Amino acid sequence: MIILANSLATPAIGTIFWTTFIFLILMIVLRVFAWKPILSAVKAREESIRSSLEAADEARKDMERLKADNEAIIDEARHERDILMKEARTAKDRLMAEARQQAKTEADKIIVKAREEIEREKRAALTQFREQVVSLSVSIAEKILRNKLSFDNQHEKLINDLLDEADLSKN
Amino acid sequence: MRDRGHYSFLWPAMIVIALALNTPINGSEVPPDRGHGQDAPRHQEEKPDETGFDATPFIMDHIGDSHEWHLFTTPDGKHVSIPLPVIVWTKERGLSIFSSAKLSHSHIHKGYMIPEEGELKGSIVMVDNDGIVIPDKFILDLSVTKTVTAMMVSALILIWLFVTMARSYARYGISPPKGIQGFLEPVVLFIRDDIALPNIGKQKYEQFMPYLLTVFFFILINNLMGLIPIAPGGANVTGNIAVTMVLALFTFFVTQISGNRNYWRHIFNTPGIPFWLKPIMIPVELIGLFSKPFALMVRLFANITAGHIIILSLVSLIFIFGSLVIAPVSVFLVLFMNLLEMLVAFIQAYVFTLLSALFIGLAVQEEH
Amino acid sequence: MTTGTFAVVGAAIAVIGAALGIGHIGGKAMEAIARQPEAAGKIQMAMIISAALIEGATLFAIVVALISL
Repeated sequence: MIILANSLATPAIGTIFWTTFIFLILMIVLRVFAWKPILSAVKAREESIRSSLEAADEARKDMERLKADNEAIIDEARHERDILMKEARTAKDRLMAEARQQAKTEADKIIVKAREEIEREKRAALTQFREQVVSLSVSIAEKILRNKLSFDNQHEKLINDLLDEADLSKN
Repeated sequence: MRDRGHYSFLWPAMIVIALALNTPINGSEVPPDRGHGQDAPRHQEEKPDETGFDATPFIMDHIGDSHEWHLFTTPDGKHVSIPLPVIVWTKERGLSIFSSAKLSHSHIHKGYMIPEEGELKGSIVMVDNDGIVIPDKFILDLSVTKTVTAMMVSALILIWLFVTMARSYARYGISPPKGIQGFLEPVVLFIRDDIALPNIGKQKYEQFMPYLLTVFFFILINNLMGLIPIAPGGANVTGNIAVTMVLALFTFFVTQISGNRNYWRHIFNTPGIPFWLKPIMIPVELIGLFSKPFALMVRLFANITAGHIIILSLVSLIFIFGSLVIAPVSVFLVLFMNLLEMLVAFIQAYVFTLLSALFIGLAVQEEH
Repeated sequence: MTTGTFAVVGAAIAVIGAALGIGHIGGKAMEAIARQPEAAGKIQMAMIISAALIEGATLFAIVVALISL
């Protein structure tokens, strides 16, 4: 037991030599053919993930900006439409007012014309009526003359009354 | 409740003490002629047990190093092993390289032999023409032993694994990891993000990554290979003090070489203490300098060796009791220990790497 | 009783000390994690480091015991 324990706890020169040798070779080989490519690939991947995330962030920001732009454009369009609508409405109102005005003028003109016509007709009617009154008076006078002129005063008075009457109706 | 929780662990310790004092605590259940188990060796010299099974040489054979790789023993007692190259050098005879098969069963070849018992059991000794051992000769034994072979196999596995992994990066570019890559990448990233980065710092960690990764995976694969009972596993590589010593020395040298002015100032001119204390602090700091790698070396060695000893002892129980009834219990316990040792394999690789990173980090940190 | 016996007893005592120490670290770490789950990673690392340091001291004792076997 003593020997065995001692041999276990005593490093053998050959093993030390070979371990150093194998470990050094292993480290060099792995360093060149494994650790360098692996670590650089992992780093490259992390880098690419980082840059992808950044790109995604950038894209998101772009999208937001684009969206904001779109909204601005839509707003502007809406505004423009509103203006156009308002203009159209005013134009319509103006047109309607103009049309109404024109119609009114036309109607007035017609009324004036109608009134003149009526006046003319009335005047014609009056003239005709006067002629009839004259002829009626003449006929009345004839009748009276034909009757006997017995009472002088009465005759005169009658004639005057008739003439007055005729003057009044003439006006 | 609290007290019981505090002292219940004393029971196993007491059992250990009882075993050490050779008090048969369950003597009534164990036949006295078979109850020697692990404490048998002390009786070996006094009273050789002919019928019983002596676990100690069996366990020591398995956890120790050897010049051949023993595979199995046939029922008629024939050992089947892979011979390994023996490389020895002496001042008198120069360099000789030959197969260890020529030295098996105490054969003498080119004036060398491997005694099968005695003080020098298992190591190569020089013999004279009459076959008498020449004592106290310096023999530089650079043989490719079982440990070295297992280490080479592990190194090849590591190279295969990680070169394959690196290739798949070259093939698939930066796309998400697949297959072997997906399995190993999180571990690599764990070492980078949870061991190297927090302990060494952002500016300097990159130059130490190859060392930390190599040391982690080297320890891990050797720990795990050691748990596989059949060749090329089963060798006690990280439970070999020479191997852990070399690894600890690597950490030591990496730390000292990368140590900056601030680090050395802390050792030889510790700031913030009275001047008369400074000469006292220097030896303390120097002891700390060497005790750190020493602890690294012993920790890994003791943990892995202890794991192997426990598993082998549990297997030995079957033969110690010489009964088939004990086999299921033993197998269950071995299974449990194997799982525990798998956890230990990871933890020890992690702890070694973490402490290496910590020491390196202390050596490279700037004044603050 | 041989020196080997004393060595084993010494190793056992060292193990008791380490078990107490590491047990305390583990318990306190659990309490700390329960109190601040978000700092679990840092606490775990500190826990493992301190446990490793205690273990180192214990291993010295065990190695001393093993050598004197």
